[in-house]
Amino acid sequence: MSTTRQPSEDRTEAIAAQVEDAYQRAAPLRIVAGQSKSFLGEPVAEAATETLAVHAHSGVVSYDPGELIITARAGTPLRDIEAVLAENHQRLAFEPPHYGPTATLGGTIATGVSGPARPYAGAARDFVLGCRIVNGRGQVLRFGGEVMKNVAGYDLSRLMAGAHGTLGVLLEISLKVLPSPRAQLTQVFEHEAPEALAAFSAWAARPWPISGAYWEAGRTHLRLSGAQASVDAARDALGGEPLDEDQSFWSGLREHERDFFKRGDMPLWRISCAPASPMAKLSGTWSLDWGGAQRWLVSDAPAETVREAAATHGGHATLYRGHDKPRQHPLSAAHVAVHRRLKAAMDPAGILNPGRIGV
Amino acid sequence: MSDVISGERAAALDADGAASKATLVAALTAALPHDIVLTDEESLRPFECDGLSAYRALPMIAVLPATVAQVQTVMRICHAHDTPVVARGAGTGLSGGALPLEKGVLLSLAKFNRIVDIDTDNLRATVQPGVRNLAISEAVDHLGLYYAPDPSSQIACSIGGNVAENSGGVHCLKYGLTTHNIVRLEIVTVEGERLTIGSDALDTPGYDLLALMTGSEGLLGVIVEIVVKLLPKPELARVALIAFDDLRAAGNAVADIIKAGIIPAGLEMLDSPAIVATEAFVHAGYPTDATAILLCEVDGTTAEVDEDMARVQAVAEASGATEIRVSRDDAERALFWAGRKAAFPAMGRISPDYYCMDGTIPRAALSDVLIGIAELSEHYGQRVANVFHAGDGNLHPLILYDANQPGELERTEAFGGAICELCLKHGGTITGEHGVGVEKIDQMCVQFPTAELQQFHAVKAAFDEKTLLNPGKAVPTLHRCAEFGAMHVHNGALPFPELERL
Repeated sequence: MSTTRQPSEDRTEAIAAQVEDAYQRAAPLRIVAGQSKSFLGEPVAEAATETLAVHAHSGVVSYDPGELIITARAGTPLRDIEAVLAENHQRLAFEPPHYGPTATLGGTIATGVSGPARPYAGAARDFVLGCRIVNGRGQVLRFGGEVMKNVAGYDLSRLMAGAHGTLGVLLEISLKVLPSPRAQLTQVFEHEAPEALAAFSAWAARPWPISGAYWEAGRTHLRLSGAQASVDAARDALGGEPLDEDQSFWSGLREHERDFFKRGDMPLWRISCAPASPMAKLSGTWSLDWGGAQRWLVSDAPAETVREAAATHGGHATLYRGHDKPRQHPLSAAHVAVHRRLKAAMDPAGILNPGRIGV
Repeated sequence: MSDVISGERAAALDADGAASKATLVAALTAALPHDIVLTDEESLRPFECDGLSAYRALPMIAVLPATVAQVQTVMRICHAHDTPVVARGAGTGLSGGALPLEKGVLLSLAKFNRIVDIDTDNLRATVQPGVRNLAISEAVDHLGLYYAPDPSSQIACSIGGNVAENSGGVHCLKYGLTTHNIVRLEIVTVEGERLTIGSDALDTPGYDLLALMTGSEGLLGVIVEIVVKLLPKPELARVALIAFDDLRAAGNAVADIIKAGIIPAGLEMLDSPAIVATEAFVHAGYPTDATAILLCEVDGTTAEVDEDMARVQAVAEASGATEIRVSRDDAERALFWAGRKAAFPAMGRISPDYYCMDGTIPRAALSDVLIGIAELSEHYGQRVANVFHAGDGNLHPLILYDANQPGELERTEAFGGAICELCLKHGGTITGEHGVGVEKIDQMCVQFPTAELQQFHAVKAAFDEKTLLNPGKAVPTLHRCAEFGAMHVHNGALPFPELERL
């Protein structure tokens, strides 16, 4: 991996001008940066023949470790952000997956993805403090701010997380960052899936310094992070066998580089549900992340069957790999209506990544 | 108190074209039990204000539904009659968000006071909006669990109001705001339809409407059920009382603690007037000769707390602390906190009235802003005490005044407005946790340019086309901003030249 950082460049005016021009012509735009996460969400409508490239709009705008806040342009490579933070023993606590070396900050927030630490540290949206966007009229707007608490106006900056650019083109994002844990270790336990779920629940109810809990193929991996003394005390109390290569284990899980995510041509489903939900009776191979709240299923079961099973426990299923459409869990009619109205409020001509969120 | 102001405000807030009282009462009583529809002045009086008591207005009608179906009925009728609705929880809000409208319906959710379910497997509680914040933690205490956000009014404030305002508290730096601690909402839309926002999972397909709804001050929907996250109680918490003889040293110590890699569970600061007043009131043992004190709480496992507290002490010493005391047990910890928690009533003992402000600034600007507030205090001739959440840069200056002295309330409000603008000048915001309500509606014109305000109105219209939900609060009309004469702060330059010298 290269250590060279992408040069800083402010392309606000050019991006805003392109959106405004497209708005005037009602010409739909496909927003593109690193393309590492283009497989997420629904495909952008084919009518969007024009590309809005944001990856050159790059660079850290401000970062003061004492404030625990970093502000950077959307095209900034995610690895640059992480390198800058690591120099100050800080990090993005939601542990975002890169899904490739070209991942940008903007794409990370637009897709709202979070890694194994998500149930314990929070999701991408939890760390968004403010942003600058271009709305569908080509107006440059700023919401939220570079402070920890801000309740002035609707929380439109957090709304951008996971909106896939359909409500506005992200220009700049301010994120809360946290100190890197001083110590970390992983313990492994032999469990069947239901035992693993029971263990996840029992562990979560006690104040242990848990930062990851993953089960696959009869083995539960429990990651502990925090003060050295605290991590040691938890390991002694909880038991299990130590895992030596623990950094690469968790990054491999985060990036879907483990064999579980690669094998075969069968569809890969992500099922998001209440963490203690019982195992769904679906054929296929499972793994359980997020202490049970994010489950992966490699299965050729029909999409409706998978979605129905996920919805039984208040959850939803997303197709990560496979050809079925739609990939996202369909919204209720009432939500489709709300989503359309909200989209129209931000992007009246419907030009920003049309089709990407499926409504 | 200040009828002139409230009358003016109320008139400005009232929607045009609302139905007559008789028509609406007839429609409501035809569809709902008569005893939940209140119409006479005596019954309406308790709803005339919330925690910001300087603003008062009697609602035309108050309704106290007990079921979601009744809330839907109220909304349908009001929607059909173009009548605005203001939802109200415990009425402890500090920005006038629940101030009624004279031509509107006040929808009290006080009867929604039940904890519906406690799910220990998933660590959640399903609660109705009128449940008190503290009641949730009390109900799960025996399970070793609690609900983290703890606004200072937690003994009285309701969880529905917490969601509407995105309430914070002492522990937000580590445990987050309301928005970080809820997973699902059931709302009733302005048309009277039910809608589930969020889900039992950690994320939900589509837009993050949970984020949008939280802190929307009752302008987008009526919250009728909330699923909150529960956390395991930390094994141990200890607090350090750290005194300084210099404001800048105290401000720097806040940043130094965080740079040292510690996220305190709470990091609070009191300035000299606040120390003196609280010490005289509760005798917590605060050093009354100190210029500022920090209360730094760390929590976690016993081993973690010992490790972190040793670091806090080392950092505080290096930052020039004049005294450091670490609580030895829970009794002493409670004593150290007693002063902080009694800060507001302590002010009530030394001044007939006080006005609590709420701005947030970058931590690096703490000492500059405190010095700026002291200069403004001089300028307006009003005393001020500062008590605040230093860890997240959230200031609560308490302006002391006497409402019976002609002109003092107006001067206090002007002083408060100037503090908001000072926060903006330092890259901050006009409200960290109390909300905009009616109180800071004019300062919104300073914080946000026209295009942003228009975008807020467009989002509002996506949920409430007729502008019937809590109209006039949270987001000012462009017309109002033009009248107020405020301009957006650009490059730190304020529209009031006299303030730039401060």
